[in-house]
Amino acid sequence: MLSIPTAHCAACISTVEQALEAVPGVQSARVNLTMRRVSVAADPQLEAAPLIAALNGVGYEAHELDAGLLSATETDKQGRDLLMRLGVAGFSMMNVMLLSVAVWSGAGEATRDLFHWISGMIALPTVVFAGQPFFKSAWASLRAGRLGMDVPISLALILASSISVFETLNSGHHAYFDAAVMLAFFLLAGRYLDHRTRAVARSAAEELAALEVPRALRLTDTGEETVSITDLAVGDLVRVRPGGRMPVDGVVVEGTSEVDRSLLTGESLPVWAGPDTRVSAGEVNLTGPLTLRVMAAGRDSSLHRMADLVAVAEAAKTRYTSLAERASRAYSPLVHILSFSAFGYWMWATGGDLRYAVNISAAVLIITCPCALGLAVPAVVTAASGKLFRKGLLIKHGTALERLAEVDTVVFDKTGTLTMGTPEPTNLGEHPRAATEVAMALAEASSHPLALALVAGARAAGLHPATVTELREVPGYGVEGLWRGQAVRLGRAGWCGAEADLGVTATWLCTGEGTPRPFTFADRLRPGAAEVVAGLLKQGMAVRLVSGDTPGAVAAIAGRLGISEVTAGALPAEKAALVADLTAQGRHVLMVGDGLNDTAALAAAHVSISPATALDAARTASDIVLLGQDMAPISDALRIARQSTRRIRENFAISALYNVVAVPLALVGAATPLAAALAMSLSSISVTLNALRLK
Amino acid sequence: MEVLTILIPVSLFLGGVGLVAFFWALKKGQFDDPHGDANRILTKDYDERPKP
Repeated sequence: MLSIPTAHCAACISTVEQALEAVPGVQSARVNLTMRRVSVAADPQLEAAPLIAALNGVGYEAHELDAGLLSATETDKQGRDLLMRLGVAGFSMMNVMLLSVAVWSGAGEATRDLFHWISGMIALPTVVFAGQPFFKSAWASLRAGRLGMDVPISLALILASSISVFETLNSGHHAYFDAAVMLAFFLLAGRYLDHRTRAVARSAAEELAALEVPRALRLTDTGEETVSITDLAVGDLVRVRPGGRMPVDGVVVEGTSEVDRSLLTGESLPVWAGPDTRVSAGEVNLTGPLTLRVMAAGRDSSLHRMADLVAVAEAAKTRYTSLAERASRAYSPLVHILSFSAFGYWMWATGGDLRYAVNISAAVLIITCPCALGLAVPAVVTAASGKLFRKGLLIKHGTALERLAEVDTVVFDKTGTLTMGTPEPTNLGEHPRAATEVAMALAEASSHPLALALVAGARAAGLHPATVTELREVPGYGVEGLWRGQAVRLGRAGWCGAEADLGVTATWLCTGEGTPRPFTFADRLRPGAAEVVAGLLKQGMAVRLVSGDTPGAVAAIAGRLGISEVTAGALPAEKAALVADLTAQGRHVLMVGDGLNDTAALAAAHVSISPATALDAARTASDIVLLGQDMAPISDALRIARQSTRRIRENFAISALYNVVAVPLALVGAATPLAAALAMSLSSISVTLNALRLK
Repeated sequence: MEVLTILIPVSLFLGGVGLVAFFWALKKGQFDDPHGDANRILTKDYDERPKP
């Protein structure tokens, strides 16, 4: 099972399937475009790596998914169950409606009674079967002592069915079987839409969790073994290969290397690590293999302590009540009061005609029943999140869209968020061609990010590496070699004999003659970062940059993007405090960040976004995940969120309007089943159409 | 009105056939990937036996 976030079209399906089937050992591959996944049937010994390489070869990012972690079956079953009930309700709605049309157009005594009987035989089992989700949740909310949206719905279903049975037995004129079934159908449609949106979000969130498979290489007397990090104990020896992430907190006992702490602290400069250096879980080992002695693993590691900080911030977050909740809180007592007072009034006015009074109160319940309300929010949210998903944004939280619409201040993290966390050379042109070519040759021997960037930059400038022999990488320091019989080195300042600190990321070249030459680097901007910042400023948002990196590096990025409010060297708690400060000033803050140092701030903000490359903890703390590399969808997302909140309000207004017209009719007893059916279907259709207007 | 004794059972039966067909489609997983299926008819790959 692989995830392919960028697949989107018909051509993608055949490209991906053919690319995978060309890999030896693969029997078949099938793309699921709705979930953006491909399931591969292959020989058991085949690893995921060649498949991912094959997909990268044809231009798709792919990630391996742990099939065991994806509990897709449970949500699938629920969705299928809802769809089945929806199908049954739709079937019987159509049949009952056919019979009802005959009754409305004036069928005579015997025919009317016959039709009512048939309708009842279709409608009653349908209400019992299709209404179950509502009955269950109404019962649950009654037991908890609340009046949810489902209580009036269940009451209307039961009351309408029973009064209709009673009328049919007494060969009465009005039966509400059609209304009961239609109510069930429209509300189930809303429920199903709601479920679909949640299921897509949940499966994608599970996918992100399934991406990180936490394992470590434990050194034992007999050799190395791969174990889960939960099995590690304090004092164990763990080997971390170059390019690997530290699984635990520990102390280096053997080897030298450089580690990238950007996810934890926001520093973009790699830090030297050798014996007795303390390293924390989550840091990335860059150049040489390291052996660690475990100091803390699992629950006690710094990763977990940071997660506790997040929990505290989340607890402090005021609970946001969604528009739908507020609407139903105001609405459901009103429905009950109206219906019961109509019942009481007509009991009194007719001198105790129970049948008439129940009839009226059932009509009131049916007409006020929130068909449109039940559809209004799910239809808009489905349309909006579908639109955002296609742009590469995943809404993880139900109310995130509404909260996003209120945002007026955006706080960005720097490293890994606005920048890619990968460097690019800035001063290649200032060096003599020969020097750059030597540096390039040396850099080719290393897989250090600075070396890779230097080679890529030099190649783009049309240079060719000089001939350097006896290349040797000294982990943690740099690369050395022989060039025209002379020892040359490329690496850390101290190792090259340079002492100056430039305040920016740099690697030094010394050729033995003259002073060492610095090659400086700047962080590469994430694609779309400039557009997002410009777009947000144009929308009148306040934009801030908060980073744990050095002031020089932060100011350089802020200057390139045109952000004026900048905070550098911020600790995780300071970031969270800044967000809390802004919130206290009455701002609604959108926090965009990826690192562990951002998680507390992400949780404290009104709404938060993190890229898919972020650490697990950061993604869990944020409401929205950016699936692709491009950042540009963020400013679009704000626009869509505002638009969809407006649509939700409009939909509420539309359904309120229908109620204002129809409820007085029902109260005075003028509402026939025909009027109820008309009001219900017209309001449901108009809110759905309004939701689809979302652009 | 005697025609009703035939027409009503017939219409109910036809509706029932539709419902059974819907259940069958649901069970066969035809609603699992609506987006993909909509795009799949556009692929130009020649396949003698379409994938299950």
